[in-house]
Amino acid sequence: MAALASTQSRRVSAETLGIGIAIVAAYGVVPLAGSDYLLDAVLTPFLALALAAVGLNVLTGYAGQVSLGSAAFLAVGAYAAYNLHLRIPGLPLLVDLVLAGSIAAAVGIVFGLPSLRLRGFYLAVSTLAAQFFVQWALTKFGWFSNDNASGVIDAPPLSIAGVSFTNPVERYVFSLTVVVVLSLVTLRLLRSQSGRNFVAVRDHEIAAKVIGVPILRTKLLAFGISSFLIGVAGVLWAFAYLRTVEPAGFNLDRSFQILFIIIIGGLASLRGSFVGAAFIVVFPLLLSRVGAALLGSVFDSGVLEMSQRILIGVLIIAFLIAEPRGLIALWDRTWARTWAAVWPAKHPTIPT
Amino acid sequence: MSMLRRLKMTMGAALAVSLASTLAVHADEQFFPLQSYRVGPYAAGGTGFFGGFIDYLNLVNIRDGGINGVKLTWDEGETQYEVERGIEVYERLKSHPGIAAWNPLSVGIAYAMIDRITKDRVPLITINHGRTDSTDGRVFPYVFPLLLNPYSETSGIVNYIASREGGPDKLKGKKIVVLYHGSPYGKETIPIYKLLADKYAFSLEQIEVPHPGNEQQSQWLSIRRAKPDYVVLRGWGVMNPVALKTAQKVGFPADHIIGNVWSNSEEDVIPAGDAAKGYVAITTQASGSEYPVLQEVIKTVYGANKGNLEDKKRIGSVYHNLGIVNGILNVEAVRIAQAKFGKRTLTGDEVRWGFEHLQLDPARVEALGAKGLFHSINVTWDNHEGDGRVTFQQWDGSKWKVVSDWIAPDWAFLRPIIERSSTAYAKEHGIKVRTSGDDPVSQ
Amino acid sequence: MVDYQFLIEVLIGGLLSGVMYSLVAIGFVLIYKTSGVLNFAQGAMLLFAALTFVSLVERGAPFAAALVATLVIMVGLGITIERTVLRPLVNQPPITLFMATLGLSYVIEAAAQLLWGTQVHGLDIGISDTPFELAGVLISRFDLFAAAVAGALVTVFALFFRYTRTGLSFRAVADDQFAALAVGLRLPRVWAAVWTVAGIVALVGGLLWGARLGVQFSLSLVVLKALPVLVLGGFDSIAGAIVGGLLIGAIEKLAEVYVGPFFGGGIEAWAAYVVALALLLIRPSGLYGQKPVERV
Repeated sequence: MAALASTQSRRVSAETLGIGIAIVAAYGVVPLAGSDYLLDAVLTPFLALALAAVGLNVLTGYAGQVSLGSAAFLAVGAYAAYNLHLRIPGLPLLVDLVLAGSIAAAVGIVFGLPSLRLRGFYLAVSTLAAQFFVQWALTKFGWFSNDNASGVIDAPPLSIAGVSFTNPVERYVFSLTVVVVLSLVTLRLLRSQSGRNFVAVRDHEIAAKVIGVPILRTKLLAFGISSFLIGVAGVLWAFAYLRTVEPAGFNLDRSFQILFIIIIGGLASLRGSFVGAAFIVVFPLLLSRVGAALLGSVFDSGVLEMSQRILIGVLIIAFLIAEPRGLIALWDRTWARTWAAVWPAKHPTIPT
Repeated sequence: MSMLRRLKMTMGAALAVSLASTLAVHADEQFFPLQSYRVGPYAAGGTGFFGGFIDYLNLVNIRDGGINGVKLTWDEGETQYEVERGIEVYERLKSHPGIAAWNPLSVGIAYAMIDRITKDRVPLITINHGRTDSTDGRVFPYVFPLLLNPYSETSGIVNYIASREGGPDKLKGKKIVVLYHGSPYGKETIPIYKLLADKYAFSLEQIEVPHPGNEQQSQWLSIRRAKPDYVVLRGWGVMNPVALKTAQKVGFPADHIIGNVWSNSEEDVIPAGDAAKGYVAITTQASGSEYPVLQEVIKTVYGANKGNLEDKKRIGSVYHNLGIVNGILNVEAVRIAQAKFGKRTLTGDEVRWGFEHLQLDPARVEALGAKGLFHSINVTWDNHEGDGRVTFQQWDGSKWKVVSDWIAPDWAFLRPIIERSSTAYAKEHGIKVRTSGDDPVSQ
Repeated sequence: MVDYQFLIEVLIGGLLSGVMYSLVAIGFVLIYKTSGVLNFAQGAMLLFAALTFVSLVERGAPFAAALVATLVIMVGLGITIERTVLRPLVNQPPITLFMATLGLSYVIEAAAQLLWGTQVHGLDIGISDTPFELAGVLISRFDLFAAAVAGALVTVFALFFRYTRTGLSFRAVADDQFAALAVGLRLPRVWAAVWTVAGIVALVGGLLWGARLGVQFSLSLVVLKALPVLVLGGFDSIAGAIVGGLLIGAIEKLAEVYVGPFFGGGIEAWAAYVVALALLLIRPSGLYGQKPVERV
């Protein structure tokens, strides 16, 4: 038992170390080494989607409530931030960010109300109401896009206390900071009583009720926090990445994309959200570049693109079959094995 | 085993080719980055348009050896019509030397590119679509909604209906229903139809079809109740054939349905079968392959087995011809710019100058082998649309037939509305409004 | 003053549209009932079936031959999916299974287009869609035909479930997997059969929807019309799929025509979900869905 505890604490410290190294690298190395293309077209969307995935993971991975409406909350965040900036002159960007997240959280709580009665796919499909309603409302009422004839909003330049973030490196650092801070806060929260309540509700709702977990509060809190994070991710998506967005960009496919990230990466694992986002964002790009470079002269680009889509679909299925707990579980297993190979004596074998 | 080896060899060869092409000196080449979409829901339009565009570039290369000896090159990046993939392609290809212009054929991607291309000083061509107020070149120096913006389209359609009724004064008391796609694109012309209804005193009802539009029973029942004289279809994708089918279902005659520029292709009518017979739609370019330039494409490009369309039956289809016309306009802009700046690889800013002087009168259009394919264009530094004329085509069950003259939209009526919107944009974004074509372009 | 004739017309139009939704929803129900999978690839299968059929016809195959060939292909596809995707994932949580079918829909959609191209096709199944009038109310011939087909399909299913051995084992599996296993039913065989039937439903739905929309990529989007039907009727009830479809169809049209104008129209896309949601708050497992038994 003592040995188990010690490996566990070693695991935890190794994990902390890993996170530390990743953060240092993300700040220290990437901005210097990355090209504009890498920063602007790969890493910034990766960060935004990873944050959205962290948000959905709180709801689905930890609290066990499946949502198919994530893109709606991305949109709420983006449009809320835009309108706040537009209508309240001199509003500092950080306040704007937090307020936009809070509005998304409020909308999330409203659409989370059915979760008090519904389970499983009934709840999942009912979150589609959010998906379609928000998209409809943003298109329908010109006020949201400041009466732009095309419903498109242009993001204002990012600046905090006189420091502006205008080039790809600065936008990347801005997004990175937001994502790192919010992820760490989320991590902290998940390790508190609320986090334990989430898991209790997920694992057995009635049992949780019996031991005195406030079901109503816990579920709505999960919806609120999740939507807050996704809303802020929406602001990053709109302000730091695309800088011009339209409601159509927040469609059902985007919701599925975020759901894919957490399932492929690993439910109930924040690291998994990042790994999953990397897979979903980077892998198709990589595949299409490699495919075009190697086979571009042999096949028509349409054929190539469709083959890639098949390959991505097959890989998703293959991953789910190989490791239903996600890439992060795969990673941890490999890691543990390497660890055991390096220090075989110290590592107690736990029968599985 | 041999299969694997063959694959390896092909890959090796391909790698060598792509290496050689990157190592080659880019002497006198003009590059067109293509954000094409050959997969996904809009693949049919994408393959047609980009196929036509590439076919024309190929024609110029094979027949003339490029533009005054400057070879045309291009590279495709698949977007699936998704904005962020379009942006990814933009970021990937933007550092390629000698970019002439961007041609995304997607409203969403075009919008997201406006800031970027303005900063990078390269023209953005949005033929027949895009942001209406970018017509105002004083505010949008690098954006060109060539031939037709959404407002002109609206005016063109109303003028056509007037001509069918026997003059603008006959519109009075008529009833027109606009059936529009429930998206920002669909809603863009709502205020213009209202203005025109007031101007000509026809009664107007605008009805929304929620995306994607695969179910329109209730909308067409409302139309049946309203008993309009005409229905304008401002559709998109699957919404178009379903509209035609449902119209038949409620007994509304197809020849009184007028389609807009995104409802005018073969792909929009073929799925509707017989229900589409008689349906009329606006276009800036006629379809068919009888025009000399199309014949040359068939002979020179497809003859040399370099044609881009997989299915040769699609040569001369609406999207293919739009691609061809887009090719002509791009190539001529480069040619015009070369006359001023020299016969070499031009910068994006120089090509912009070419677009701002893209004036092709009917005689020049005829010389280019495109008489009847499109009418003319007259782009200036402050009018980036270029007063494109429109015509109307009717579907006879197997092909489109032109049924009207070249009609001019009411540009003078629309210009103040456009300027109001563009100056507001300039104010919001701190853009200095140009006062002459020689003004330096502010960033 | 309410125009009753118009009201009836809207109502009938809505009910007939609802039948089309039910056709898609039944495919979902069959699979959900027996294996607990919400098969999102149903739309892709629909597309695949319609595209295969229309491409065969365009290449000169006679109608009947194309129909049989497509049927064989769909059955093959159904069995392959069951073997390669669902069977290795047995006992995984529902959400994992759902995501797998989403991945599957990418594969099927892309494969369909790779095989047959991205062109759009018209599909004429020989039913003209000129309307006829009954007491001043306009009724679509095509919709009536579709309703008849759906009715026939449901009758066949009902008979099949009641009187055949496979049908009975379907029901046994749906009722209680463990009990079914205990009495010696071979689950994989039942699943294979159920995917076969789902393939057939996809074919019927694909042809009818294809004739309505044209055969093109957007065909796979019709699943979005089926989802509120499932919520309303219950994921595991065929009767629910029928009644749910009719209700959703009617409510959607009535809402669009009579409530829509107050919001500027276009509310159809979410009205169905809101109505379904409201009902769910009263009955959390839909109209006919099985209530889960909860134990601590």
